[in-house]
Amino acid sequence: MVIAYVVLDGFDLGAGIISLFVARTHDERHLILRAIGPVWDGNEVWLVAAAGALFFAFPPLYAASFSGFYLPLMIVLWLLMLRGIGVELRSHVDDPLWWSFFDFVFSFSSVLLAIFFGAAVGNVVRGVPLGADGYFFEALWTDFQVGPHPGILDWYTVVIGLLAVAALTVHGANYVALKTEGDLRARTSGSQPSLVAACDPDRVELGRESVYPAARHQQFYFASLGMADSGDGSGLFNRAAALPRAEKGPSRIRRVERLYYRHSWWGGLRTLPCPTARKHGSAL
Amino acid sequence: MDSALSLHRLHFAFTITYHYIFPQLTMGLAPLIVIFKSLALRTGDERYNRAARFWAKIFAVNFLFGVITGVPMEFQFGTNWARFAQYAGGVIATSLAMEGVFAFFLESSFLGIFLFGESRFGPKVHWLAAFMVFVGSWVSGFFIIVTDAWMQHPVGFEIAANGAAHLTSFWALLFNEWALWQYLHTMSGALVTGSFTMAGLGAFYLLSRTQEEQGKMFVTLGVSVALAASTFQLWPSGDQHGQLVTKYQPITLAAMEGLFHSETGAPIVLVGQPDTDRQKLDNPIYVPKALSFLTHRRWGAEVKGLNEFPRDRWPDNIPLLYYCYHIMVGLGTIFIAIAVAAGFLLWRKQLFGARWILWILMLTFPFPFIANIAGWITAEVGRQPWLVYGLLRTENGFSSHVSAGNALFTLIGFMGMYTVLSVLYLFLMWREIAHGPEFLTGSNAGASVERLSPTAGV
Repeated sequence: MVIAYVVLDGFDLGAGIISLFVARTHDERHLILRAIGPVWDGNEVWLVAAAGALFFAFPPLYAASFSGFYLPLMIVLWLLMLRGIGVELRSHVDDPLWWSFFDFVFSFSSVLLAIFFGAAVGNVVRGVPLGADGYFFEALWTDFQVGPHPGILDWYTVVIGLLAVAALTVHGANYVALKTEGDLRARTSGSQPSLVAACDPDRVELGRESVYPAARHQQFYFASLGMADSGDGSGLFNRAAALPRAEKGPSRIRRVERLYYRHSWWGGLRTLPCPTARKHGSAL
Repeated sequence: MDSALSLHRLHFAFTITYHYIFPQLTMGLAPLIVIFKSLALRTGDERYNRAARFWAKIFAVNFLFGVITGVPMEFQFGTNWARFAQYAGGVIATSLAMEGVFAFFLESSFLGIFLFGESRFGPKVHWLAAFMVFVGSWVSGFFIIVTDAWMQHPVGFEIAANGAAHLTSFWALLFNEWALWQYLHTMSGALVTGSFTMAGLGAFYLLSRTQEEQGKMFVTLGVSVALAASTFQLWPSGDQHGQLVTKYQPITLAAMEGLFHSETGAPIVLVGQPDTDRQKLDNPIYVPKALSFLTHRRWGAEVKGLNEFPRDRWPDNIPLLYYCYHIMVGLGTIFIAIAVAAGFLLWRKQLFGARWILWILMLTFPFPFIANIAGWITAEVGRQPWLVYGLLRTENGFSSHVSAGNALFTLIGFMGMYTVLSVLYLFLMWREIAHGPEFLTGSNAGASVERLSPTAGV
């Protein structure tokens, strides 16, 4: 369900991000909104359904992760509300000032949402400081270091967040280019090469390489929410878990991640390790 | 109110109270829209279609705000009530997940068809879409009630080795006797809101002498349904719900009624202020022996007062519980009186000329919202000090590692966000009302809705 959400809501998030940059007139922005209008709420349903399914299937994981990521989740909720308002209310009034305001609200909340979703993936991959009672709490940021005092936002998770912005923008640009024509389409397509370059896997690799040794060195431990053995049978998860446990540290991590890369056939999907890493946090 | 527990409670109370402004109206309006669509299908009278289209637009705005404010509710079980989510997730996540399926998938997809498909699919499919929106909203309401009823009166579960509750019987959960009456009481409460809103807007149109033809239809249907729903609210649903409280939550009953000491032939208090410290009621006006009769069906029966129960099992905010209960019952009684008077004039064909009752109908419309919310506060404050009645105390359910400061931070954030939402909501509703139903014709209704909103309604 998280996969469905990332794929589906990903493109309308991306469309929101680029709408302020490639669409120059009110009409063009309206076109982008019309392109995602009929589908964005259906896409958002997957987020709600994913949260519901998480609660339904793994109450302890739901309880620990939602309360541990309290602040970012609440901020995500506010952003989702702003975004819903931006999409839905823009066309209720025929007034350029009204449109400009909601275009900005829509685009601004889309960018921040992408950063927070990316940072969430970053957090899950990096791990969280789980207490003995199975709960944790992370501040929004501490010293921006991947160290013994983790925050939701440190340099690593912010990098992943920016990567998510780039990847989802590609995703959204593809959709907008598919759904529109003329100048808007040309500008959208023109923006793609630089965006694709921004999600080059090698750069991500670089970031991860420098995180893990540091993290291990400082006895940073990874999320172990007691869910590692809750085998859910899907191929990707099992194959990740089936890697020999003897392999520790970066080499093993790299193999797991290569598995992900093999399964991600293009940029937008590279944000997928999220559910896997969360469930198999202890295996990592 | 500075402890983390208080703030987490206030957080949930504030967000759910604000949220429930919208679903009670959509659940109340959905069957009324179906009635208009059925009349249109049966008589072929275009005016009924126009009325249905207008209320569908009101419905759509309220549904949007219901969804926007509903998503945080689902998240708060995990964010603010983590230990409760872990304890009860094995039971309530089942019903909450089913609510999500019905609310979002069924209701929102058929709402899309209902708003945009009239010219494309023809009258019969359009009627079906309206009917499915009604079914979707009422079924999703049922699963929310099932969830709350389990917290009020837990059934069909066992406590596993790890201390968490697990569902043993899905059917026991669904057919919880508490859920049945709570559901009927809640739904007819929503109907009271929907029908008084419809009648109130119709009265507004008649009083301001605009859109009078539609105004008469709104008042007619609104008053008819209000009469039935407000009566049903008192009897049997309110009465039966009270019987369940008497049977399973006698402490709550005593606190609701402000009954500090056991009495035989207990009176029912109409007005008065509970003084919890001195354990007495100030300035009481009461009807002798009525409480004994209502609860035990005997005028001389003994009703247990709060003194019979240990103090740590008393609801922790007795005045709030007492006032909310009395506001609910008092307003409900006034609704019956208004509906009977208006219904009588409607029957004598004098209603549309009687401006005094039209004024009353117009000014009544906010009060069903207050009564419904006061009823919910009665139910949930009455459940205290338990989160799951008799099993899990509230102080053991909140996210203890989320500090008071963080909870207050997000509470203030929600308050600010909802202030903005309120302004937008009132603005949009006012536009729809000023625009009115009169000029919504079949061919341009879809187009005009589409011009107003580029998206599929939600």
